[in-house]
Amino acid sequence: MLLIPFRKEVAPEFRRRTNYLMTMVSIAFLLLTGRLFFLQIIQGERYTYLSENNRIRLKKIPGTRGMVFDRKGQLLIDSRPSFDLLFVPEDAKEPETTLRRLAGVLGRDEGELLGLLEENQGRPPFEEMVLGRDIDWRSLVAVETHQLDLPGVTLRIRPRRSYLLNSTAAHLLGYMGEIGSKQLKAQKEKGYGMGDEMGQFGLERRWEEFLRGRNGGQQVEVDALGRRVRVLHEVEDVPGNSVYLTLDRDIQETAYEALQGKVGAIVALEVNSGAILASVSTPAFDPNVFARGVTAEEWRALGQDRMHPLNNRAVQGQYPPGSTFKIVLAVAALEEKVIDPETQLQCHGSMAFGNRVFRDWKKEGHGAVDLHKGIVQSCDVYFYQLGQRIGIDRIAKYARALGLGEKTGIALDDEKPGLIPDSEWKMKRFGQPWFPGETPSASIGQGYITVTPLQMANMMATVANGGTLYRPWFVRRVESLDGTLIREYGPEKIRSLELKENTLKHIRSALADVVNSGAGTGGRAKSNMVAIAGKTGTAQVAEMRGAYVKSEQLSYLLRDHAWFVAYAPAENPVIAVAALVEHGGHGATAAAPMAKKVIEKYFFLQNSLPDSKQASRQGEIRAN
Amino acid sequence: MQIDRRLVSHFDWTLLGIVLGLALLGLLTIYSATYSVTERHASGLATKQFYWFMVGVGAMLAAIAIDYHHLDRLAYPFYGVVLFLLLLVLFVGSTGGGSQRWLNLGFFILQPSELAKLAIVLALTKYLQYDEPPNGYRLRDLWVPFLFVAPLILLTLVQPDLGTAIVLSLIFISIMLMGGLRLRSFFYLAATGVVLMPIAWHFLKPYQQKRILIFLDPDLDPLGAGYHVIQSKIAVGSGRLLGKGYLHGTQNQLDFLPAQHTDFIFSVFAEEWGLLSCLFLLGLYLTLMVLSLRVVARAKDRFGSLLVLGVLTIFFWQVTINVAMVTGLLPVVGIPLPLLSYGGSSMVSMMVAVGLLMNVSMRRFTF
Repeated sequence: MLLIPFRKEVAPEFRRRTNYLMTMVSIAFLLLTGRLFFLQIIQGERYTYLSENNRIRLKKIPGTRGMVFDRKGQLLIDSRPSFDLLFVPEDAKEPETTLRRLAGVLGRDEGELLGLLEENQGRPPFEEMVLGRDIDWRSLVAVETHQLDLPGVTLRIRPRRSYLLNSTAAHLLGYMGEIGSKQLKAQKEKGYGMGDEMGQFGLERRWEEFLRGRNGGQQVEVDALGRRVRVLHEVEDVPGNSVYLTLDRDIQETAYEALQGKVGAIVALEVNSGAILASVSTPAFDPNVFARGVTAEEWRALGQDRMHPLNNRAVQGQYPPGSTFKIVLAVAALEEKVIDPETQLQCHGSMAFGNRVFRDWKKEGHGAVDLHKGIVQSCDVYFYQLGQRIGIDRIAKYARALGLGEKTGIALDDEKPGLIPDSEWKMKRFGQPWFPGETPSASIGQGYITVTPLQMANMMATVANGGTLYRPWFVRRVESLDGTLIREYGPEKIRSLELKENTLKHIRSALADVVNSGAGTGGRAKSNMVAIAGKTGTAQVAEMRGAYVKSEQLSYLLRDHAWFVAYAPAENPVIAVAALVEHGGHGATAAAPMAKKVIEKYFFLQNSLPDSKQASRQGEIRAN
Repeated sequence: MQIDRRLVSHFDWTLLGIVLGLALLGLLTIYSATYSVTERHASGLATKQFYWFMVGVGAMLAAIAIDYHHLDRLAYPFYGVVLFLLLLVLFVGSTGGGSQRWLNLGFFILQPSELAKLAIVLALTKYLQYDEPPNGYRLRDLWVPFLFVAPLILLTLVQPDLGTAIVLSLIFISIMLMGGLRLRSFFYLAATGVVLMPIAWHFLKPYQQKRILIFLDPDLDPLGAGYHVIQSKIAVGSGRLLGKGYLHGTQNQLDFLPAQHTDFIFSVFAEEWGLLSCLFLLGLYLTLMVLSLRVVARAKDRFGSLLVLGVLTIFFWQVTINVAMVTGLLPVVGIPLPLLSYGGSSMVSMMVAVGLLMNVSMRRFTF
């Protein structure tokens, strides 16, 4: 203890008191020193960590996802940065004042913003609340310039997927969604993180690795109000690649319009490559809804819709092919020389087999029928007999050769294979042999047989191109943003059917007459623009024993599925189309006009194309 | 005025050095506390404080020049003026931060409660300057000082300015004890205070009650009222041994610290300069106090000793409470750090206090 010498004159009582005071001062300063030592040395590291944590925020900058174009370079899916307006009331000293000011800056309704504050009362503290999604440019600038007056208001940049075709190509292009916890586990090493978006369906999902951009990041120093002061460290984001499709936007739109109000699917592909020109499934959904963040309610509504709008009927819908299957029988019969094309069989409107009577769609019967007439008029009795002669196993062999009963291998998830039954399958599935009485149904594409619209389109392409089955595909190439080619795709042969020259000649002549002879079932597909060849199909959903009932008289779910499969031109075909309308009634009336529209659109575009090519060539000449 | 040569030779240059050192550190820290990282310059507050410091130097010289024996006559009038100013604050004071503490005099804004510290010291010194009774004062002997201190404290309390009211009370009690209040009487007084505490609790504003509760458990409200303490502790602690460097305190520069140029100036200093400098700063205050105690011991009369004791207690309580408060040892009550915190009234009255100290120190050999 410091003892201070006193002068004699000073009252001696001060001596003791100042010593007390000195003791107090010493204790106090020792205490403060100890406290500082404790905070700055013993706990220094912890507080340093806390202070770093206070000021440094990691900000993810999502890489912009790649764009998608159609075969003519028309934009189908765009990606652009969008800004969400966020607000953290805890960061604002007076939230109401800030919101009022914000309302003034944005020209928005004050009450609406304050109402949002009210609504978000229950949210965890310091959680951002969203005041506006994808705000416009003017609002963005306004907020940026007034940021200092708007404590607690921040902007979040988010790439926004924009589907220019809306619902038109929803199933093929797919949609985006936040990465799920299972996906996150599986994809973690690929650099995905919580809250990242990921392709969940269709093209978006299967081409995810090409389309996705690489996230960038910023280590940002923020002040006490969360305002960014400076960027400490930055990793550039890398935009995703552009994907060019074989799809034709205009044909796709035509097909979609044709199916409006109906449930069904249309697939159009190039005969000589298997490249998909259009692929529509209805009812559809709007992928933009997913892009802005689907609400739980909307998601439930989509999932519970009895029409299953999320299903891509073109590859997931399995339907009995009905009379379109007669093409398979015709191929099998001619290849296996079961009959000559000229062989005539009698049709009296029905055929008894065992203890069952199989009816023709035409009560009075078709009389004497050869292969040509059988196809053109779609005579069921002719094909019942043909089927008996070929046998189910040989029918199955040709059906499979034509790509039915197996997945086409198109690059879409959840493709269904359909079903082509044979005796082996019957034994495996039911432990029973194939009964001959089951063959007639199979011969006209009923019974166990199911196919997808894509398979039917591909089968038509195979018939049209002389027997080559291609794998359907729809991505032509992938380019980086600066135009460097990354991946290029082309036609891929699955198999060549070594068919006799005459087989297809006969069948194609019949298919042309289905539409163009005037006597055929497909007259409604007849076009002035181009000679179309095709086959109708009306697939029974419910068996109508004992009575001829017009499909229109049945309740919707019992009505027949309507098919029309086609290619064009009848000579040297280039495009094949399959159109299916669920419960659409007759293929001739419901489906044929749709296929015609799609084909006509293709040729309309084809005819206008040379002009534009010429124009551009002239432009080049002039430039030279 | 004639200046005695002996006065100059007895002038306490060490004391002056300490005061200048503290004021300089204050100015530097205020500059940093008001520095804006984004705009890359400080607000004008450091410059303003420098002017106040110059005014303070003038006031200090004046306080040195007048022989402290004449202060005897000035004590009560000065008390009267301060009382009047505090009453004025009550009616026409300007408001800030939820309390009414200031008088706008046009050319500057006065905080009369700062002057009240000096007024109490002077008035008590005058009253207690005569020899005390052999066994010390009893409470009933001291009703007069109670009478003139109570209104000052009450007027400060109702502003409300809990911090200054506490400091005034502590100064009052300290001087009374030094002036000869019986220890037994002091305990009576203290006991009464403890009994009255729950009653006083109800007179506290909700935010003051909250602060005391938060002090007892800062995690009660880490983002609200507890925010200040936590952020201040983070600032001090993250300064570690050598600090983050001048103008590089992140807690300070990024505004995580509250009231960083006034009550929390020490946190700014601790964050940017570190433990060693903090100990140096505390050392300056300690030296100031030890030097004052030497003056108390060597003053040639009881008036001088008591006066210096008063000044000493002003410094002691404010430094101790302020540093304890920003390091989380005491609840946050607004008390400035003498000579360092921003504020004209505080700066000038502290400079006057130091002037009084020097006054007594250099006149210990004169008659």
